[in-house]
Amino acid sequence: MTDWEGGGSALLEIRGLSKKFPGVLALDGVDFTLRAGEIHALLGENGAGKSTLIKILTGVYRRDGGTIRLDGNDICPTDVADAQRLRIGTVYQEVNLLPNLSVAENLFLGRQPLRWGLVDHRGMRRRAAAILADYGLSGVDPATPLGHCPVAVQQVIAIARAVDLSAKVLVLDEPTASLDRREVEMLFRVMRDLRARGIGIIFITHFLDQVYAICDRITVLRNGRLVGERRTDQLSRLDLVTMMLGRAMAAGAPMRRREAVARRGVVAFEGVGKSRYLHPFDLEIGAGEVVGMAGLLGSGRTETARLMFGLERADSGRIFVDGRPVRLRSPKDAVRLAFGYCPEDRKTDGIVGDLSLRANIILALQARRGWMRPLSSREQEAIAQTFITRLDIRTPDADRPIQYLSGGNQQKALLARWLATSPRFLILDEPTRGIDVGAHGEIIALIEQLCAEGLAMLVISSELDEVVSYSDRVLVMRDRRSVRTLEGTDITADAIMAAIAAGA
Amino acid sequence: MTNSPMARPSSRQSVSSPAAEGASMRMSPEAAPLRAAPGFLKRGSGPVPGRRFLPQIGGLGLVLLADWLVSPQFFALRLQDGRLFGSVIDVLNRGAPVTLLSLGMTLVIATGGIDLSVGAVIAISGAVAASLVNGGLPVPLTIIAALSAGILCGAWNGLLISVLRIQPIVATLTLMVAGRGIAQLITEGVIVTFVNPSLSEIADGSWFYLPAPVMLVLGMLAVTLVLVRATALGLMIEAVGVNRRASELAGIGARSIIFLVYVWSGLCAAVAGLVLTADIKGADANNAGLWLELDAILAVVIGGTSLLGGRFSVVMAVLGAWIIQAMNTGILLSGFPPEFNLIVKSVVVLVILVVQSPVLGGLNPRSLFCGRGR
Repeated sequence: MTDWEGGGSALLEIRGLSKKFPGVLALDGVDFTLRAGEIHALLGENGAGKSTLIKILTGVYRRDGGTIRLDGNDICPTDVADAQRLRIGTVYQEVNLLPNLSVAENLFLGRQPLRWGLVDHRGMRRRAAAILADYGLSGVDPATPLGHCPVAVQQVIAIARAVDLSAKVLVLDEPTASLDRREVEMLFRVMRDLRARGIGIIFITHFLDQVYAICDRITVLRNGRLVGERRTDQLSRLDLVTMMLGRAMAAGAPMRRREAVARRGVVAFEGVGKSRYLHPFDLEIGAGEVVGMAGLLGSGRTETARLMFGLERADSGRIFVDGRPVRLRSPKDAVRLAFGYCPEDRKTDGIVGDLSLRANIILALQARRGWMRPLSSREQEAIAQTFITRLDIRTPDADRPIQYLSGGNQQKALLARWLATSPRFLILDEPTRGIDVGAHGEIIALIEQLCAEGLAMLVISSELDEVVSYSDRVLVMRDRRSVRTLEGTDITADAIMAAIAAGA
Repeated sequence: MTNSPMARPSSRQSVSSPAAEGASMRMSPEAAPLRAAPGFLKRGSGPVPGRRFLPQIGGLGLVLLADWLVSPQFFALRLQDGRLFGSVIDVLNRGAPVTLLSLGMTLVIATGGIDLSVGAVIAISGAVAASLVNGGLPVPLTIIAALSAGILCGAWNGLLISVLRIQPIVATLTLMVAGRGIAQLITEGVIVTFVNPSLSEIADGSWFYLPAPVMLVLGMLAVTLVLVRATALGLMIEAVGVNRRASELAGIGARSIIFLVYVWSGLCAAVAGLVLTADIKGADANNAGLWLELDAILAVVIGGTSLLGGRFSVVMAVLGAWIIQAMNTGILLSGFPPEFNLIVKSVVVLVILVVQSPVLGGLNPRSLFCGRGR
């Protein structure tokens, strides 16, 4: 499977790693090899198994099968501290240091230099200053509280701490997600230095540009399995995206295509964006139009949806509904404007688990009416029954707490929640994720049907075939930016993948 | 601790029979919460609404039964001077402050919060009432001022918690501490007593054969019920308590709702403060309402509302407050020292917490969904 030649000696060898969670095989016999003095990208979409692999490596989870060899010795990290002792250091996206302590204290936490049994603050600061200078951070005063430093500096300090704990293997889990271009450059300098010192770095990121900018090798996982390991200079972007999304390039199913939709702009976004979050975008969606949104995880798909629904406040741009400028600063505003949003994470953002199916269905409608005008229980029951029948939600009765329904039925209930408000614009974020095959097809059919009824929709999905089948237009996102719009017969899985993979 | 309403000597302390008979009493306080506990387990899992509250009703029944065993005259009522007298009335009457607090506390806890400041708010509203009535302000205005003070305190809590997103326990803890100081400033450090029959009427009077505090409880209960169940407020409070993110995403103004429940809690505390002040005809900034917030929280929890927030029942919280008071009265009637009462109450809390503990194996449905790796 691996056809690598040369490079450093194997530092970390993972063979046949398996991990089972109730109902899911999160890792299925995965191999992974990290050499000394290389930066190795670990890539894959949601649920690919990246985090599980890292968590086993750092002792958060125990593996169910397979071997991990570090420097030729079998290891089995039992917790994070144990992994550190084994010389595996980890830096997460959210810096897990203590923001209220000083930079120096964070660097030496748990191993403060002592003098006569007390912490030697002067010595600690002196040594901290030396470490900081090593990482090109001589401008940072070791006495400043960590929380006052920019995130990028915090990241580097977290790395410095991990390396100073004598790491041989450094795991960087999306360290660049909240950094700007200049800060990323700074981080990369540090990473190159460490590579030169012979440390093996596992780099997890969603930004393909960064992979090509700094990584020597790439390992791609999909659905808990190894897709392959390649050298970065021998793998084209298109091949990489294909590996990640797992679609044969020939796929081009025949599809329904509405010719020349009269695009009466129902909802229009003009230059809507937020700095450090999403580049400004323009989008006009007409009644009865489905706009698909494709892109890799972290490309800005969900960010777009959150801006459109007022969950994040845009700092630029204007929004029009039926040609009139509108205010959209909160979900409440969005609901008032008859927008709807089915979020990607059903459990934390969607369902109100303890409440009944009926309460969940009428929630948005009730919120729009305000608390002073309650729906009577008869009205509630009527609405709930209408949608239970119409969307074929399978439940013994409407009183059942929604958390006991299956994923597919929960998803339908969330759709019902918005349909009950007679929305004009509906955003669906990964509507088919994590639901069984039967419900899957039903949701797709619903999207088509709602669109025929004149609803404007934006559907975000990683399933390219799905996007191709129901979209009138497809927006392709990359690096927090809308990079390509495909229309009509241009909409094919190939074209979408090509746009995702295209260079900057 | 000796200042809990049971232990504190008060003019309303009208336990008629100093009955010491019946050591079997010892069983009942524990029996009640044990029976009440399954209510948590059933929360949200059974679609049969009537059966959800059987444990509380059964618990109250058991405590009352024990009270009756201790004192056979427990259920005896007599009419005198246009007012009913008897131990049962006494339970309702002396339980009034905690019952009032539990009304507001239920809504607060349903949103996933907590209000530790209600005891201090009692002291503040009492201090305001006593000082103003001594200053010659007409009684209706005095009452309005005392209630406004409570609303203001609640609004302060609400501001800290809903807008500034400070953790409820910390935010209300500051007022719990500072509130006593504020009350002392108002009373200028002394126990302000007053002689005003109209204001005392709030505690001593009787309306429709019942003591005024009982009528106040029933009135506030009715108003609270209308507020949460005749409008959509109850549904929204529950939704915010179960899942704030999802509720906000559905367009619910979680911030206003959270603000409102703390205001309501402040108002309920102010009413309780008026009752207690009218009762002792004075304002004691240090001791009025001391530790009552804990009784109120306990009442809510016995009433089946989870401290995690979510589905709530105001009526059951009132029942919870009555269970506590019936327990207190029973212990007094049995002749045990009041200190015993405090221990029993603590045991009750402990039993409830233990039953709620997720370690005891999936008892709480929500624990099944937390902490699982992806």
